[in-house]
Amino acid sequence: MAAAATELAWTLPHAVAGTMVLSLNAYVLLGGADFGGGVWDLFARGKDRDAQRMLIADAIGPIWEANHVWLILVVVLLFSCFPKAFAHLATELHIPITVMLVGIVLRGSAFTFRTYDSKRDHVQRRWGRIFSVASLLTPVILGVCLGAVASGAVPIRSIESLRTVTFGERFIDPWARSPFPWAVGLLTLVLFAFLAASYLTVEATDDRMRTLFRRRAQQSQVVLLVLAMATLMIARAENPLLFQGLTQGRTALTMHAITAIAAATSLWALATRRFQVARLAAAAQASFILWGWAWTQYPWMLPPDRTITELAAPRITLEITLGMLAVGTMILLPSFVYLFRVFKTREGVE
Amino acid sequence: MTDLLFARSQMAMSLAFHIIFAVVGVGMPALMVIAEWRWLTSRDPLHLELAKRWAKGTAILFAVGAVSGTVLSFELGLLWPTFMEHAGAVIGMPFSLEGFAFFTEAIFLGIYLYGWKRISPRAHLAAGVVVAVSGALSGAFVVCANAWMNAPTGFRIVNDVVTDVDPVAAMFNAAAPSQIVHMTLASFAATGFAVAGIHAFALRRGTPHRAFHRAALQIALWVGLPAALVQPLAGDWSARSVAERQPMKLAAMEGHLKTGPAAFVIGGWPNLETLEHTGAIEIPGGLSFLLHGDSKAIVKGVDAFPPDERPPLAIVHLAFQIMIACGSVMAALSLWGGWRSWRRRRGHGVALPDDRRFLTAVVLAGPLGFIALEAGWTVTEVGRQPWIVQGIMRTADAVTPMPGLVVSFAVFTALYIGLAVAVVFLLWRQILKTGVSQTPLGLTSELPIPTPGSTASYPTP
Ligand code: HDD
Ligand code: HEM
Ligand code: HEM
Repeated sequence: MAAAATELAWTLPHAVAGTMVLSLNAYVLLGGADFGGGVWDLFARGKDRDAQRMLIADAIGPIWEANHVWLILVVVLLFSCFPKAFAHLATELHIPITVMLVGIVLRGSAFTFRTYDSKRDHVQRRWGRIFSVASLLTPVILGVCLGAVASGAVPIRSIESLRTVTFGERFIDPWARSPFPWAVGLLTLVLFAFLAASYLTVEATDDRMRTLFRRRAQQSQVVLLVLAMATLMIARAENPLLFQGLTQGRTALTMHAITAIAAATSLWALATRRFQVARLAAAAQASFILWGWAWTQYPWMLPPDRTITELAAPRITLEITLGMLAVGTMILLPSFVYLFRVFKTREGVE
Repeated sequence: MTDLLFARSQMAMSLAFHIIFAVVGVGMPALMVIAEWRWLTSRDPLHLELAKRWAKGTAILFAVGAVSGTVLSFELGLLWPTFMEHAGAVIGMPFSLEGFAFFTEAIFLGIYLYGWKRISPRAHLAAGVVVAVSGALSGAFVVCANAWMNAPTGFRIVNDVVTDVDPVAAMFNAAAPSQIVHMTLASFAATGFAVAGIHAFALRRGTPHRAFHRAALQIALWVGLPAALVQPLAGDWSARSVAERQPMKLAAMEGHLKTGPAAFVIGGWPNLETLEHTGAIEIPGGLSFLLHGDSKAIVKGVDAFPPDERPPLAIVHLAFQIMIACGSVMAALSLWGGWRSWRRRRGHGVALPDDRRFLTAVVLAGPLGFIALEAGWTVTEVGRQPWIVQGIMRTADAVTPMPGLVVSFAVFTALYIGLAVAVVFLLWRQILKTGVSQTPLGLTSELPIPTPGSTASYPTP
């Protein structure tokens, strides 16, 4: 697969596809950490579990709505610039996407309900439970969808083969048959939890919390590495072509190397309590895993046989979309900087 | 029911659900900002309290709007993949712009809700203004996409392939201006009336916090009444636009069954076989006059269209009548209120919030805006059937090949019912019951608005 693509072609469709990965990257780093926060909310134990939950909620609070728009941006870009791919994926992955949507709805609304339900009783705890369980489920399904696409299990079929295909073959097998998508799903979950724990070491206001989430970050990093290895092994057994894409070629190896360096840096920084560094390293690690996946797919959008260029919308649509993205970024970037300045810096707290 | 019917029902339910929160997302920020602005100019803590309370309600509703909107953007593909495959490249532009509007809205709403103590009052107010403006813009953008389904332009179809795409022309299609104006007014009218109804209810019932509810009622009326007053004019504009581009929809909604000079039909139930009305009041020449200024002008009736291109007549006609009825009552109430406050200025009568009859009317009119809103969308969407894109693509050809849609319909129905119950329960618990009636006025610090670092929102053992 990727072995076939020795150099990157910078055409309009590639620019849009790149932007989509960038936007997915932002979603993973920001929205992903929100999901991870929900996971740690579920695992909050011990005497100070309410303090843990509060720290998590405060970190998510002001910005989850904005974080979650990144996913919408990906979807909108997909359906306006690659409408065929959108229609195809939404058809074949109907079932997992529906489950993911239910997760997104429950999580977003339960979080808000819990925040604004100021009565401290069992009703509020029930919102909290829904929030955290949905936070666990949604990333897994998101990963399953991406994994299914990456492994070439969701190909565009010919008209003839559509006539003979059974319900199971068409709507269930792509994501349920092979363990690979599920491995990617678990990987996504642990990655999000790891991101959240790493960020929370910085957000924590007291030492106990910092130490707690430091340990959690270390633990999830280890699980993450094990899962990554397992995923590679599954790819090798199940899907030699995918394995080749993941492991061959200079770019793929460079990506692996950078990811490994980031992981090592994160472990070192956590051990030496350099939390700012640990946060950056965690973000870098997650980003490189994502871009590694993108590179493995390149130049295919729907492996094994549809390229980004083949699936792209007419030129004019791409041009206008990119133009709007440029203008929009000029408005959004300062807004985001402002948002994070207001909430993610310690100054300004009364 | 067939899969197609389940798909349509699921889409209709999701949109009917989302539109409530979307409209609140357009209307409430305006109320909030006006209240805060009045606080800044008058320093009356009442208005600050009001702004905070409204902000809290907005936050709950906004979150539901955001998640239900996310569902919608996926649903376009889950239910109508063939439609998106062909239309995506053409109408992607307003959706992308909408995406940016959401971003702006979400960012500044975060700042507004959680930033009370972190930024200066002016910056805070400005954040609220940005929320209000971007909310209205996102509504306008998505309505452009919907208007395109009514008046498709900006592409050609050659051998079943979409070519010569012109996204700009598609976005600024002929149906967009009237729909945007009508929709934006509807947002303010519906939200304004609903909020006014709630506070009028409190005032009528008698409350120890009259000043608070008076202030709230005043602001809500200032937003709702003017919008409701001009809404019939905007509706007339929409109707002319429909007459020009979708004569079939017009005939269905007006209940104009046979081609010829058109009466204005009030009420009545259309008989599909005989093309006669039962039990209708007709104003002869009324519709012809409204559309063309001539009561003899010929208007195409339902009989001018082949049966397989007709929408369900009864639903469309009934929904249209409901909207008109609600709109007329609301406009009449606006006139009454305007007249009363004009008289009050000149020293006659009592102020509006002290007039029990007026308050009763406002309470009763509270839900009318939202009823009109749902009815109006039913007219637009059901009236377009059997087309998903007027004259270009049939809904039956756009639906997903996925079988068993009854399952997803059931899942989302349950989800939305659960959400609706939860929202009502929460608003009731938070805003109404533990509301002002128990908080001494002026003590705004007692508000459980969570700010980072506060414990207000968290359970303690
Ligand atoms: C507060 C809500 C509200 C009120 C009071 C009215 N409407 Fe309305 N109407 C809507 C809310 C609405 C809407 C839900 O916003 C619609 C659906 C699509 C659209 O653009 O606006 C709509 C659609 C709509 C359409 C169809 C447009 C289309 O299919 O493209 C017509 C002809 C009218 N309206 C006419 C009227 C008239 C003559 C009214 C006068 C009394 C009126 N509406 C009051
Ligand atoms: C939010 C307000 C809206 C409401 C309440 C609404 C209502 C409805 C209803 C009742 C139907 C079912 C019609 C039928 O099957 O008889 C429908 C269908 C549909 N609507 Fe809307 N609609 C809204 C806005 C929009 C917008 C803004 C878009 C797209 C940009 C849209 C796209 C569709 C599509 C694709 C269908 C399915 C195909 C069809 O039945 O025509 N709707 N909607
Ligand atoms: C006429 C119909 C519609 C109007 C007026 C409208 C307007 C809005 C508004 C104002 C919001 C902001 C959230 C809020 O304030 O609660 C919103 C949210 C959203 N809407 Fe709609 N919408 C409509 C239909 C649709 C349709 C058909 C789609 C799907 C394509 C959609 C997708 C979304 C999404 C994804 C969000 C979430 C944005 C966020 O996270 O902030 N909307 N909508």
